[in-house]
Amino acid sequence: MNTVTEKTLSAPPGYRRPYFESQPPYLYPPYRSTLKRSPSRPLVLLPHTLSEITGPVFGYDAVRPTDSDLTRQHDGEPIGERIVVSGRVLDENSRPVVHALVELWQANAAGRYRHAVDDHDAPLDPNFTGCGRALTDSEGRYRFVTIKPGAYPWRNHYNAWRPAHLHLSLFGLGLMQRLVTQMYFPGDQLLAYDPMYNSVPDEKARQGMIASFDWEATIPDIALAFRYDIVLRGRDATLMHSTRS
Amino acid sequence: MSLITTSSQTVGPYVEIGFSALATGEIAPAGTQGERITLHGRVVDGDGKPVNDGVVEIWQANALGKYAHPEDAQDKPVDHAFRGFGRGLTDAAGGFRFATIVPGRVPGPGGILQAPHLVVTVFMRGLLKHLITRVYFPDEPANTEDPVLKLVPAERRSTLIAKRVGGQKDELEWNIVLQGEGETVFFDY
Repeated sequence: MNTVTEKTLSAPPGYRRPYFESQPPYLYPPYRSTLKRSPSRPLVLLPHTLSEITGPVFGYDAVRPTDSDLTRQHDGEPIGERIVVSGRVLDENSRPVVHALVELWQANAAGRYRHAVDDHDAPLDPNFTGCGRALTDSEGRYRFVTIKPGAYPWRNHYNAWRPAHLHLSLFGLGLMQRLVTQMYFPGDQLLAYDPMYNSVPDEKARQGMIASFDWEATIPDIALAFRYDIVLRGRDATLMHSTRS
Repeated sequence: MSLITTSSQTVGPYVEIGFSALATGEIAPAGTQGERITLHGRVVDGDGKPVNDGVVEIWQANALGKYAHPEDAQDKPVDHAFRGFGRGLTDAAGGFRFATIVPGRVPGPGGILQAPHLVVTVFMRGLLKHLITRVYFPDEPANTEDPVLKLVPAERRSTLIAKRVGGQKDELEWNIVLQGEGETVFFDY
């Protein structure tokens, strides 16, 4: 088989492996639910074949106009502080990730989720579901209007509280860019005590999950704003070469 | 110069709120070409307890081994009825179920064809980052030459191969064991 044929049959280049300590481990005992849900056997290093480089493609059929404004999904107004959350989705090579689906879910302003297993003694809001979707535009930008979620207690340890956060799920342009993360708010005193936030060993990577206050994106008299840029994995353009380990 | 990929965080216990709108167990709508199968199974933790708040996502090629994705440059037809994506939220018993078709073979490293397989992504409370694994098909001769299965220690390969159940040719069972005895092989992606 000649080289040209091999190139034709092989997948495009794979994705770069994560930066050292920029991602959380599976087993992280301070977060108790990881104890019985993390693999104990060695993971098998997966080559990035066509199966991994491709991935689900979503279009505008997956997103309705009201999906990105969580304050307008019911007849009445939800209670709480209206906020704009927007930013860009880029890959590690600073290329915008275009027309990619972003899913969002969150607690209401009182720190309560509209979900059967949430029994936190805080009120539900009949005008807030806490679920949204958006597609990034041709420059990788996304934008949601929502309500600032409240902090809430959980049962991980005595007097455990989750800092206020949004859950964000991204499909990227292929399976290797799939990411689910949480966006935190600047200045939240609970971050120091949160096992999920602190499960990421690298400080800079951890701080990358904190949004910044975004004066320019505020809507006068209506909503304050936060900016949250998201980075998905980038293509490994360099050839693999052997290094001493 | 390079940016650092945003850190992964768990989907938590309320993932259903965000994930249910696009959940579908019907991967192959009516009109899709290929051999129809159903795949069902359970997700269990290190104590064998069902995971009732998990999410299983499937990604697969069509019956001819072509992905519905712009980067699949193979000269094979796309099946327009078929996207290749499934998402299931586990039930109280940790169960999930997908109706789909057996995918064709797609090229792997060096152009070697891979055996038919589904790529599986798993999310749940207690997983700070998602797991990736694969499902292969029983009685498939190509399994012995699959370049990815070959990377898996021989004694653990069976965890990636679905089983026929109930004497039905089109009913496959495949379970996800997160930890311990019979632990499913997961990949470092």
